[in-house]
Amino acid sequence: MDFDFAPVLNGWRALMHGALVTVEVSFGAIALGCLVGLVIGLGRLDPRRRGIYALCSAYLTVVRGTPLLVQLFIWFFGLPVFGIQLPAFFCGIVGIGMYSGAYVSEIVRGAIQSIDRGQMEAARSLGMPYRMAMRAIVIPQAVIRMIPPLGNEFIAVIKNSSLVSLLTIADVMHEGQKIISVSYRSLEVYLAIALVYFALTNLTGFALRVAERRLAVGGLVQ
Amino acid sequence: MNEIGTAAAPIIRARGLKKSFGALEVLKGIDFDVLPSQVSVVIGPSGSGKSTLLRCCNGLEAADAGSLEICGRMLVDRGQRLPENELNALRAHVGMVFQSFNLFPHLTVLDNIAIAPRKLRGLSATEADASARRLLDKVGLASKAAAYPSTLSGGQKQRVAIARALAMEPQVMLFDEPTSALDPELVGEVLLVMKNLAREGMTMMIVTHEMAFARDVADVVSVMDHGVVLESGPPMQIFDAPRHARTREFLQAVVTRGGPRRHEPKSKPVPLAFDDH
Ligand SMILES: Nc1ncnc2c1ncn2[C@@H]1O[C@H](COP(=O)(O)OP(=O)(O)O)[C@@H](O)[C@H]1O
Ligand SMILES: [Mg+2]
Repeated sequence: MDFDFAPVLNGWRALMHGALVTVEVSFGAIALGCLVGLVIGLGRLDPRRRGIYALCSAYLTVVRGTPLLVQLFIWFFGLPVFGIQLPAFFCGIVGIGMYSGAYVSEIVRGAIQSIDRGQMEAARSLGMPYRMAMRAIVIPQAVIRMIPPLGNEFIAVIKNSSLVSLLTIADVMHEGQKIISVSYRSLEVYLAIALVYFALTNLTGFALRVAERRLAVGGLVQ
Repeated sequence: MNEIGTAAAPIIRARGLKKSFGALEVLKGIDFDVLPSQVSVVIGPSGSGKSTLLRCCNGLEAADAGSLEICGRMLVDRGQRLPENELNALRAHVGMVFQSFNLFPHLTVLDNIAIAPRKLRGLSATEADASARRLLDKVGLASKAAAYPSTLSGGQKQRVAIARALAMEPQVMLFDEPTSALDPELVGEVLLVMKNLAREGMTMMIVTHEMAFARDVADVVSVMDHGVVLESGPPMQIFDAPRHARTREFLQAVVTRGGPRRHEPKSKPVPLAFDDH
């Protein structure tokens, strides 16, 4: 076994540039995922509002029930059939963001519904309208409960972002494969790529733990 | 709604109030009055519909039939509940204290009390805080303004919950077994706050199992059983000369189950003297 990390070191700048693209795609997808997840999650709070509930449930089952890679290929290779040619970078962020949104929506709904209904009743009994009670009383408590599962989801997004290398996007995976194609040093390059993802995911996990500690006032999180 | 309840008209007037959960009829046509400044205590076995009646009175439950007039407004009119926006305005006049406190755990004690007045009564933050501090003082918890609810004892939590309800300046206060979740030694401090409220002339409707308190503070005691009011009257009449066999059975059961809890003796000096200032 002889390791040769020279190609990794020589391609260092390209790898770091790819890492930056990975960060951009992940960040965009996480932001979009949170937005979509909030809307879909709130839409699934009350089954009695049939139309909204059915629409949001349909989104959830379709998006969660099909592979991310297939969805990305539909955005990038499928839509051009209708004459819709979207930039690869856009397809990557939207594809992953909408996929992640399905998972985030269940996190949002689960956290909100886990808040004791006495909280809503107390707020309503003071005269607060439903939306005010939701915004001022229920959601702030739910957000803290969302953080640990959101951490898992954000980490999944970062790792899943490696799929955008197949949409011609020059992320860290893509840059690594370019180095492999000329150096044939697969193991070393993939180890370097793994290290980049490892750093990004753990940094994210750490940031969320800090956020959780900051937000958890009044012994809400033990 | 500023002339609400100024006349001697009842603050709460229920007529033929009915409520079912699925096939279970929980309120079977309740007639019930609470007059201004009256302390009306409701007793009765578990499951008899006491909480449901109370929850109808601030619209947390929607009655199916009958009428319910609160502070001069028809909350339920022939089974129709007030529309949502008017319901919110009416709820602000009706304070509610829950068995399980339901304090907002993410807010300090002061903010628990000040949040609704700030958002609903249009008070500035300074005004709302000042009024919240006055109320905290009134329930003997002035030193706890900056604390979070999780750091309080049960008795302290319930006193904060009472202050929170009072902050909306309600015309009537509803209490649903306010001391049932408390350790026995903490019951007295909550009952003392309620007794002082009664003394100040607050209109109160109280569901409780504290018979000694009811005897001492109530103007009227009503006995509920299986969704009907069995009998109503002055405490002496209900406790010493109940007319219904079911009332006697219930009172008997309460006494043999450890008896009514004692609360603060009548001689206790009022302005409050709490030991946890
Ligand atoms: N939301 C609800 N759904 C179904 N049944 C209920 C609900 N609330 C109360 N009940 C039932 O109504 C009956 C009366 O309940 P409640 O008013 O809480 O009685 P009490 O306060 O006198 O113990 C009980 O049998 C209870 O199980
Ligand atoms: Mg009850």
